[in-house]
Amino acid sequence: MTKALELNGITKRFGTLTANDDVTLTLDQGEILALLGENGAGKTTLMNILFGHYAADEGSVRVFGMDLPSGKPRAAIDAGVGMVHQHFTLAGNLTVLDNIMLGAEPLTRMRSARAEAREKLMRIANRFGLPVKPEARVSMLSVGERQRVEILKALYRDARILILDEPTAVLARPEAMRLFETLRDMTKEGLSLIFISHKLHEVMAASDRVAVLRGGKMVAERKTSESSAGELAELMVGRRVERPVRQDHMIGAPVLVANAIRVEDAGESRLDDMSFTVHAGEILGIVGVSGNGQAALGALLSGLMHPAKGELTLAGEDIAAQGPRGVIRAGAGRVPEDRHAEGVVGDLSLWENAVLERLRTPEFSRRGFVRQSAARAYCAELIERFDIRGATPDTRIGLLSGGNMQKLILGRVLANNPRFVLANQPTRGLDEGAIAAVHAELLKARAEGAAILLISEELEEAVALSDRIQAIVKGRLSKPISALEANPQRLGLMMAGVWKEDVDAA
Amino acid sequence: MRLDRRTHVPLHLVILAPLAAVFAALVLAAGLIAAAGVNPLTAYAEMLKGAFGSRLSITEMLTRATPLIFTGLAAAVAFRARLWNIGGEGQFFVGALVTAGIGHSLGVPGWIGIPLLMLAGMAAGALLLAVPAFLRLRFGVDEVVTTLLLNFIVILFVGLMIEGPMRDPMAFGWPSSVPVDGDFRLPELIPRSRLHIGLIFAIAAAAAVWMVLARTVFGAETRAAGLNADAATFAGISLPRTIMGVAFLSGALAGLAGSIEVMGVTAGVTTTMSPGFGYAGIVVAMLAALHPAGVVAAAVFVAAVFVGADAMSRATGIPSFIADVIVALCLLTMIVALLLTTYRVRR
Repeated sequence: MTKALELNGITKRFGTLTANDDVTLTLDQGEILALLGENGAGKTTLMNILFGHYAADEGSVRVFGMDLPSGKPRAAIDAGVGMVHQHFTLAGNLTVLDNIMLGAEPLTRMRSARAEAREKLMRIANRFGLPVKPEARVSMLSVGERQRVEILKALYRDARILILDEPTAVLARPEAMRLFETLRDMTKEGLSLIFISHKLHEVMAASDRVAVLRGGKMVAERKTSESSAGELAELMVGRRVERPVRQDHMIGAPVLVANAIRVEDAGESRLDDMSFTVHAGEILGIVGVSGNGQAALGALLSGLMHPAKGELTLAGEDIAAQGPRGVIRAGAGRVPEDRHAEGVVGDLSLWENAVLERLRTPEFSRRGFVRQSAARAYCAELIERFDIRGATPDTRIGLLSGGNMQKLILGRVLANNPRFVLANQPTRGLDEGAIAAVHAELLKARAEGAAILLISEELEEAVALSDRIQAIVKGRLSKPISALEANPQRLGLMMAGVWKEDVDAA
Repeated sequence: MRLDRRTHVPLHLVILAPLAAVFAALVLAAGLIAAAGVNPLTAYAEMLKGAFGSRLSITEMLTRATPLIFTGLAAAVAFRARLWNIGGEGQFFVGALVTAGIGHSLGVPGWIGIPLLMLAGMAAGALLLAVPAFLRLRFGVDEVVTTLLLNFIVILFVGLMIEGPMRDPMAFGWPSSVPVDGDFRLPELIPRSRLHIGLIFAIAAAAAVWMVLARTVFGAETRAAGLNADAATFAGISLPRTIMGVAFLSGALAGLAGSIEVMGVTAGVTTTMSPGFGYAGIVVAMLAALHPAGVVAAAVFVAAVFVGADAMSRATGIPSFIADVIVALCLLTMIVALLLTTYRVRR
């Protein structure tokens, strides 16, 4: 049988950087191939070459035995290659059908063939098990539904090879699992798939074969069934990476106390009857399915939202009505959920971001003027202490990788020796090496006596780091359980809102 | 074709961009000049002569550049914070009106009165912009619309005042306000010319704005809020306070332009005293890539186009409106040039 896809000796250079170095890769028909690698390993570049966004400097691409001219996305589409980008390329104000037809029809046609298009879309949707409402407006759809539209868009253009770039980056765990089931079914219809990922568990769960890229080179190819998560992690990072382990120690006095908090936004309840306590030297994990109030809880503890009812104290000080500055002054450090949106100003330098929260303190300003040399020196210290790579204090922070950016945010929080740390999804989107570094820093802060509230959608992370765990469901918290009693089943039940019996048990 | 963000913008590109934009605009305008039946090279030579050819033309050009520096700074300060102040023209006129209104009957010596009148003009401009800024913060009203429309309201109000209560009875029916007291006229910078010490004030203002933006906490907070309002808010920077601060500064600069134009050049207020200084300030700010030092250079260029076009018009018969065309084209080409300095085009 001809291979669905053959990449032969692909090399791509950007200036002095070699993004892909002599990469050879094949894809069988009806196969799911996972392309695994850390951020910056060259996965996306490789797929962009395949799809014709970039022209390779060397090497060839063959699709179903035919040579593909380089640098022409249209040729790739015609040959049956479809790409689903990590960041969706949908127009929110148009309907699903509009989005799918967009660009699939010649501009010269007088009348748009909506009825035919609709029929074709429904046929494809049924065949591949991707239910969709053609007349729904895209902006009203959930993230998972939007992704389905992206996939249908590719299939509508008769794709026989589908490339998915980090398809689960925007999905919650159950949605991701559902996606992989759908993909598996699609291969039975003759489709061949490549998905790009740096998450080991989904590679193990969903692929037939794994290709591992590191530093632009293809370092290994394995049948998934003959490999293990441990082996793949080592291949991907190039060395053994072990996440640090929490050591038992004495828990101190209560630091952050929330009592019967209610938070409302535009008249709607976001958090209700929420009580929890974080002690010195303790990590309290908050687990839950995405969208159950984690954002409001993060905003509350960051000083961006204020409770309508209830008490919130930090080391005895009432911080319920404090804004970000007041919360920081009371001794809180905050790692925001979305580092690009809230954590940093991407167009400013590292040093400006490093002191952003403390511009008005005497340490970094005098009589209204910024003490630039003090700020730069402080930033250089953070770079050194938190191992931020590839940057000087004057580098634009938007150029950093997610992991290094997160290290700066974490550094700016921890360098103040905060009494309380809010870590909201601290490792989302990071690769293994960076995750281990973030975990190590959080555990170090815990050992030094900080009270840490960890909000996470990654159960492994919550269990590994937390001393106690509470689940958040529809803006309410379960009773805490000790991490020692936590197992996936019990947490799963808690996250589903089943915790009544635990009240007695705890 | 796709655009890739440059990781680093080299300095020569930053300097080259406005020059290339100006060149492109002149080439485009050459088409119109040729269509009017004049050799563009001849026309541009006349323009250059008209702006730089004699002592008189240079002083006239710098006189014209003075208010443009202020309105250019006003636009640059606001745009950096993503406050879209299109109301420079209105703020210019309220500054002028208040200065003339107080300045014809203020019984103090000049050395007290001039700074006082400048402050009054600044306060007027600042308040005029504070209203739209407040409406945006409180109710989400688009300040592009409100500041733009306020321009017309202000100019009509100026018309009302100089036809009515502030009318100068000595002006032989010419609609103008009563001129400011002679003590409050700004001294000449160069004898026997209209160029006044306002130019020095303008350059000093550019230096001061530069200092504020680059070195102060307010400048740093403004930059952060302008580039990523959510991250700034998360870090504890008060967005309303920053925006209002920027509005006061921007409005004050445009108001000062009007105040100084009255004390330095026109003495009284007329509705025709500004050939669009407020709007041209937007072009000046864009050509300067919102940098205060660049504003001075860009203001000189735009002033040269306006003054030079008058001379060219006299020599060749091309309507002097060509100056508006050139300035408008500069805005468009500069936007393209800025895009190309920030991004790299890939095939």
